[in-house]
Amino acid sequence: MREFARRFFARPATVAGFAVFTLILLVALAAPLLFAHGPFSIVGMPLRPPGSPGLLAGSDVLGRDMAAGLAYGARISLLVGVTSTLCAAGVGVLLGAVAGYYGGVIDDLLMRITEFFQIIPSFVLLMVLVSFLEPSLGSIVLGIAMISWPQVARVVRGEFRALRNREFVEAARTLGESDARIIFTQILPNALPPIIVISSMMVGSAILTESALSFLDLGDPNLLSWGSMIAGSRSAMWVAWWTTVLPGLAIMATVLSLNFMGDGLNDALNPRRRER
Amino acid sequence: MNRRLTYILMRLVRSLLVALAVVFLSFFLIRLAPGDAAEVMAGQSGYSDATYIKDLRAEYGLDRPLPVQFWRYAKAVLRGDLGTSYERREKVLDVILQRLPNTLLLDAFALIVAIGGGVWLGSVAARRPGSAGDAAVTFLSMLFYATPQFWLGMMAVLLFSIWLGWLPPFGIETMGADYTGLVRLADVARHMLLPGTTLALYFMASYARLTRTAMIEVADLDFVKTARAKGITERQVQRRHVLRNALIPLVTFAGLQASILIAGSVLVENVFSWPGIGTLAYEAVTARDNPLLLGIFIVTAVLVSLFNLATDIAYSIADPRVELAA
Repeated sequence: MREFARRFFARPATVAGFAVFTLILLVALAAPLLFAHGPFSIVGMPLRPPGSPGLLAGSDVLGRDMAAGLAYGARISLLVGVTSTLCAAGVGVLLGAVAGYYGGVIDDLLMRITEFFQIIPSFVLLMVLVSFLEPSLGSIVLGIAMISWPQVARVVRGEFRALRNREFVEAARTLGESDARIIFTQILPNALPPIIVISSMMVGSAILTESALSFLDLGDPNLLSWGSMIAGSRSAMWVAWWTTVLPGLAIMATVLSLNFMGDGLNDALNPRRRER
Repeated sequence: MNRRLTYILMRLVRSLLVALAVVFLSFFLIRLAPGDAAEVMAGQSGYSDATYIKDLRAEYGLDRPLPVQFWRYAKAVLRGDLGTSYERREKVLDVILQRLPNTLLLDAFALIVAIGGGVWLGSVAARRPGSAGDAAVTFLSMLFYATPQFWLGMMAVLLFSIWLGWLPPFGIETMGADYTGLVRLADVARHMLLPGTTLALYFMASYARLTRTAMIEVADLDFVKTARAKGITERQVQRRHVLRNALIPLVTFAGLQASILIAGSVLVENVFSWPGIGTLAYEAVTARDNPLLLGIFIVTAVLVSLFNLATDIAYSIADPRVELAA
């Protein structure tokens, strides 16, 4: 564990990423305590600049507290990022494991499907999905998971193919362990490092995707997210820069910190594959 | 030559399979939306009694078994019939084709800027790995990976249109100016500069990273040492030998990036009100025009798979050593 921490924090960028991410996570968790009035309530005059009395980050077009919006937006971004990644990772691991372990027709079919998802414009597909299912937290998470599981499946499949004929797997087979047992208790633990690394990167890209959907009016209409804050402030851009600049910076900081942590995880978990 | 022909044929078959899979997927996507086409049509016409809906279902074959419906749907799509836009009462394909050239113009511009800029930045970074310039390119590309493209576009508007007043913030040409000929071309180019560059920046970052990696790899190979040993200048070694060979993987990469380019295009077009299929997709979303939105998915999917086919063929021509397997 100490060795893991030493390698994880070896780069200054990872340390910075970890610090920024912790801060964002704390703000997200504490949002209801910090801003009991919620992100939608009107607290003052519209378009007050940051630093106005009681308005750390200014107010938006409707006179809502930007700081409250940013804090509550963090909850949505992290929630969507993490849950959609978990769903995608679940499906991806399962299918990738089966394809990599058994090979043959299942493997061929899965590879064709992942290829298909690589070729088609998946963001447009996501727009269709979310729009047809009606935009909601559930449909957004489902949609993002649906377009991102093939990435995980590819990685998992590769790992399983590499590991399936190793001695420890042969040994388990000789002992008469079932395929399911071998997949989950023998191979999967050894395939976890790359899965963790790719998942940490996927959280970031899911957050970007969610913000893009919200920007195109495909966010959950009952929730305020960073993307919808930016979309709602477009008309105010000429007079109030902070209404668009701040939520964008929040997205950028979150995604960047996640990616830096992903690099750190890669260093810590795959010491032999460093510097690729 | 024969092997290359087989390879191209295999790729062609693959593109056709992708197109078929897209049609199959679309058929099921239609069923995700609440209510079928008959209900929507009945609702729009104001008569929503049950017999009218039933008649409509019979008329459009919506009461037939699913496989029959799929067969009819597939035949229609393959003939280019993507249905009628709910909102515009025009053929979906016609609406899309009207807007498509604008998107292709923007994307082509972005791709050229991205490849040109990315290759240049990447080769600067690769010349001295570990230098400040190299670190800057790596950092910038990480930064662009983490930036929402639509927000980057808005920041460009804020800086170059609102604060500096240099470039027009939206549209494809000056409204009501009725320019013609070269003046009009210059006007469109001026309007394209901000959205095109915004779209290009993300890809420029990817190309810079890829070029850097490829050039560092190629620089270690024997033929580069031979070139140096011949006594030609370092500049020529880099340009003639290293760069040229490092460029080959970029071709495939451009193909793989095409679907991401479409996503970026949808967002950037909406920021800059560029009248392409990206803004059309947004209009379809807000008007709940399902046939139009689905049509955009089908058309972009076919375009991307054609582009992939083209890059695969280009790759097989550019690199004679390429493994011509399917």
